[in-house]
Amino acid sequence: MSRVAGCDVGSLTSKAVIMENNKILGWSIIKSKSDPEESANSAMQTALEKAGCTLDSIQYCVGTGYGRDRISFINETKSEIACHGMGAKWLVPSARTIIDIGGQDCKAIRIDKDGVVEKFITNDKCASGTGRFLEVMAKVLDIGLDELGDMTEKTETPITFASMCTVWAQADIIKYINSGYSVEDIGAGINAAMAKRVAMLANTVKIENDVCMTGGVAKNKGVVSTLEKVLGVRIRRVRKADPQIAGALGAALISQSKINNGGSK
Amino acid sequence: MIVAGCDVGSLTAKAVILNDNEIIATAVIRAGTKPEESADKVLDKALERAGLARTDIRFAVGTGYGKERISFVNKSESEISCHAKGAWWCMPSVRMVIDIGGQDAKAIKIDEKGNISRYIYNDKCASGTGRFLEIMADAMGVNLEDMGDLAELSTEQISISNQCVIFAETEVVSLINDRKKPQDIINGLHHAIANRVASLAKSIGVEQDIVMTGGVAKNRGVFQALSKGLGLPVKALEKIDPQLNGALGAALLALEHV
Repeated sequence: MSRVAGCDVGSLTSKAVIMENNKILGWSIIKSKSDPEESANSAMQTALEKAGCTLDSIQYCVGTGYGRDRISFINETKSEIACHGMGAKWLVPSARTIIDIGGQDCKAIRIDKDGVVEKFITNDKCASGTGRFLEVMAKVLDIGLDELGDMTEKTETPITFASMCTVWAQADIIKYINSGYSVEDIGAGINAAMAKRVAMLANTVKIENDVCMTGGVAKNKGVVSTLEKVLGVRIRRVRKADPQIAGALGAALISQSKINNGGSK
Repeated sequence: MIVAGCDVGSLTAKAVILNDNEIIATAVIRAGTKPEESADKVLDKALERAGLARTDIRFAVGTGYGKERISFVNKSESEISCHAKGAWWCMPSVRMVIDIGGQDAKAIKIDEKGNISRYIYNDKCASGTGRFLEIMADAMGVNLEDMGDLAELSTEQISISNQCVIFAETEVVSLINDRKKPQDIINGLHHAIANRVASLAKSIGVEQDIVMTGGVAKNRGVFQALSKGLGLPVKALEKIDPQLNGALGAALLALEHV
C-alpha cells in the first residue's frame, strides 16, 4: 500500500490531493491565504479529513505552485509544469497538449506519451489570458464566474473587444453597458477575448492532439467552446476529477512514483 | 493672425491660442465623457483669457484621442505630428520627444529640421501609460497630482516586480499591508512606469536632446526616473507646460495653413 499526497499552493487557490494505489482518496480546493504556509496546511488538512486519514499516514508528499518553497510538510518540491504534465496525463491519458489557465497565469504544455514535458510556455506577466482577466470582467458585469461561462451559448452576437489589455477591456465594458448592450453579448465577448489570447500562447508550442484543459478556467464552458473554435481542435473534457486539482494531482503522482521506486519517508 | 490648437485627451482637454508665432492664451480642463463638449469648454476658456471670440480664429487644428469629435476645427492632425511640432518649436535642439498620455505612450525622433524620422507608441497595454499611475493613485488613496511631491520623501528603495497594471495593483496592496511607506511605494511606481517607457524609447534608438511631454511630465518623480531609466538626461520643455505641447503643435500646424 502506498499512501501519498500532493499539494499545490497557488496565488489565488491552494489544492491538495491524497492518493492511495493510484486512486484519489480525498482532495481540496481552498482560497489561498496571505501566508503560503498556512494555505498549504489548510488545504492539506481539508483533503486529509475528506480522505479520513492523518498526515502521519502519508508516506511521501510533493509540493508545487508559487508557494511551494514555504510548505512545511513536504518531502520535496517539483515545478508546476512537471506536475501539470503528470496530472493531465492521469486525467486524460491520450493528452499531448495541456492548456492550463490558473488564477494568475496561463501555461501551454506539450507532453509525450509518458507524460514527460517536451515543450512549454507560460504567461504570468500579463493578466490578459489568465483567470484574473475573467475575474475582473465578471466583477464589472456584476455576475459570478460560473454565470460568465454560460453566456457564450446564450447569444449569437458576442461583442469583439478592441484590446486584450485587462485595463482597456474593463473600460470598454463600462462603455458597452452604458450603450445598452446585453450582458450575454458582453459576457460572450469576454470569453472570446480570453480564448483568443490563450490561443496565441497555445499556438507557440505547436498543438498536438489530444488537447485537454486544466486549471480553474477549464470550468468556464464559454472559454472552452470558443477556444475549440479558435484553435480548430476538439478539447477533451476532464471528467475523472476537478480540472483545477491537476497540479496537486500530478504532485501526488510524482510522490507515488518515488515510493514505487523505493524511496520512502 | 489668430489660430488655435485643441488637444482632447482621455483625461484632460487642452487649448492653445497663437497670434502669429506667439502664445497668447492656454487652457487645460479635465475631460468629460463627451469629447465635443470638452473641446468647446477648453477653447472658450482659452478665448476668454485672450479676450477674443471664436470668430477671431482664422484656422483651428484638433488632435488627441477625441479629435474626430471636435466641432470647431478646420482640420485634425495626428498626435505624433503635433507633439513633434510643438517640442521642436519650443526647443530646436530636441531630437527625441517622449510623451506619456493618459492612455498611451509615444517616443518620437525628429531631425534638426523638425521632421519626424521615427516613432513608436504603445496603446495596447495600459502599463507605461498615465492610466498606470491613475490606478495606483486610486489604490493608494492619494491624489495623482501629489505623487511627484510624495515620492521626494522616499527613503527606502522599493522595486515593483510586476509590469502589468492589474498585477502591480495587487503588489501595491500587499506592500501597503506590509506597512511599506506610501512615499517609497510611489517612488517604486515611478521607476516602474519610467522603465517601461524607457524600453519603448530605446527600441527606436535614443538621441539627445530628450524632452518629456504630456501630463505625466509634470510629475517630477517620473521625470527623474526616466532620466535614470534611459541613462541620459531628460530635459524639461521650455516655453510651455509639457501638458500643452500637443495643443501647441496643433496651433503651429494651423498657422501653416493660413
